[in-house]
Amino acid sequence: MNDTYDKPLPEPSAMTQPYWDGLRAHKLVLQACQHCHTVRHYPRPVCDQCYAMESVWVQASGRGRLHSWTVNHHPFHFAFKRESPFVTVMVDLDEGVRMQAPLRGTDSSALTIGLAVELIYEDVTPELTLPAFRLAAK
Amino acid sequence: MSMRDKACVTGIGETRYTRETTRTQVELTFEAALAAIADAGLTPKDIDGVVPYAMGGVIAEDFITNFGLPDLRYSALTPMGGASSVAALQNAALAVAGGLANHVLITLGRGALSTGRITDRIGQMPQFRLVGEFEMPMGTVAPAQFYAPMARRHMELYGTTSEQLGEIAVTFRKHAQLHDNALMQKPMSLADHQASRMIADPLRLYDCCLESAGAAAVVISRADRARDLRQPPVYIAGVAEGHPDSPSTITQRPDITRIGLAKAAPKAFAMAGVTHKDIDVAEIYDCFTYIVLCQLEDMGFCAKGEGGAFVQGGRIALGGELPVNTHGGLLSQAHIAGMNHIVELTRQLRGQAGPRQVANAEVGLVTGYGDLGDGSIAIMHR
Repeated sequence: MNDTYDKPLPEPSAMTQPYWDGLRAHKLVLQACQHCHTVRHYPRPVCDQCYAMESVWVQASGRGRLHSWTVNHHPFHFAFKRESPFVTVMVDLDEGVRMQAPLRGTDSSALTIGLAVELIYEDVTPELTLPAFRLAAK
Repeated sequence: MSMRDKACVTGIGETRYTRETTRTQVELTFEAALAAIADAGLTPKDIDGVVPYAMGGVIAEDFITNFGLPDLRYSALTPMGGASSVAALQNAALAVAGGLANHVLITLGRGALSTGRITDRIGQMPQFRLVGEFEMPMGTVAPAQFYAPMARRHMELYGTTSEQLGEIAVTFRKHAQLHDNALMQKPMSLADHQASRMIADPLRLYDCCLESAGAAAVVISRADRARDLRQPPVYIAGVAEGHPDSPSTITQRPDITRIGLAKAAPKAFAMAGVTHKDIDVAEIYDCFTYIVLCQLEDMGFCAKGEGGAFVQGGRIALGGELPVNTHGGLLSQAHIAGMNHIVELTRQLRGQAGPRQVANAEVGLVTGYGDLGDGSIAIMHR
């Protein structure tokens, strides 16, 4: 691990590791029920639709629309001070679940609910890639 | 069996509230507990049940040790963050109504910055496991950031404004100025609110509660044991807890403008047999101004989306149609995680609120909110 990386790190479990492995390979994979195929996020052991415990990982489009957002002015954690203020968005993915991640390349002034965004990948250490969004190409 | 009027608040106690302290949570908790027991006209040996704050560092064993209790018959925890205190009322009321105990003590003590900032504590808690893995690494680490997108969506869908949120902060500040145990005595105008720095848009500094030190406690007694005690009993007429959809992450919640209280409130009103028009005073959990607005809607005082207009024009101020947070709340009295709201409602219904007294207050309610959307509510009457 990179000694100079000072932000909070995810602590994946065996259940969530495929999600993080996917991001590292610049792919968004989401957990889905092996029986009824319902996509769920964040990963969990049981499908709340059919109660099956078997799951598979499916590749997602990375495309979605804004559900809501905030602009973080007060960083709360010292490591985010250097990039504050920064925008964080909640996104309705085309696959029917949501993601929360920073929005890059724009301020909040033009944001509206339903605005199209797409996922980008930020390699923050050799081992860790975090998700972010940008406005979708027109 | 209905729980209605089976249990009463018979004693209340508070320490002085401060911003910082050198005293431990245990010391503060016991000061408030002894005050509540004395207020009820009981002695510590009369306490046979305890529900300490689930995050407070004080456990049932501490009460046995410090009070020399011969037979603690009942103990429980209600780990729901800021909804814990009012959920503890439900728990204690069940215990006394069911005959498991006669007098249950509920306590909550906080050491504020002296015992670590909330942001540091959150990362250790199992109910924040999903947030810790999937949100904190990208910079969403504190409650203001968790809740800001709820407020932003409300604004986008319904036209709610920062000025309307400000009305809540300004009203509670005015109430705090009438309380000699409230931390924030400096006047606040709407212009002051609008000039306060942005924390997590749309939440400004004055939309955010304090961090405080201090403790509060209440004694819950079975109704037949309450009538002969020192203070007039305040009856718990209706009580309920409610958990939001996707309770452990707001991001995955189908409707992020709707919280657990929306499920709890109809149950509490039905149990109490009262309507919204009967509520003379409301002490509403106010970690952030928006959370007050959201709860007013989710309890049904107005429709979803109408909360902004509802809080304007003095409606929630003393003298208004529905006085809210007559003590100043977490925003301007102190952050005692809502136990101070229970204490204040009890004072109002006893007629002991001094310059803050709502005239002829007979029926009131208190809510709790915490852990990303858990809700609790108690409707009480004198």
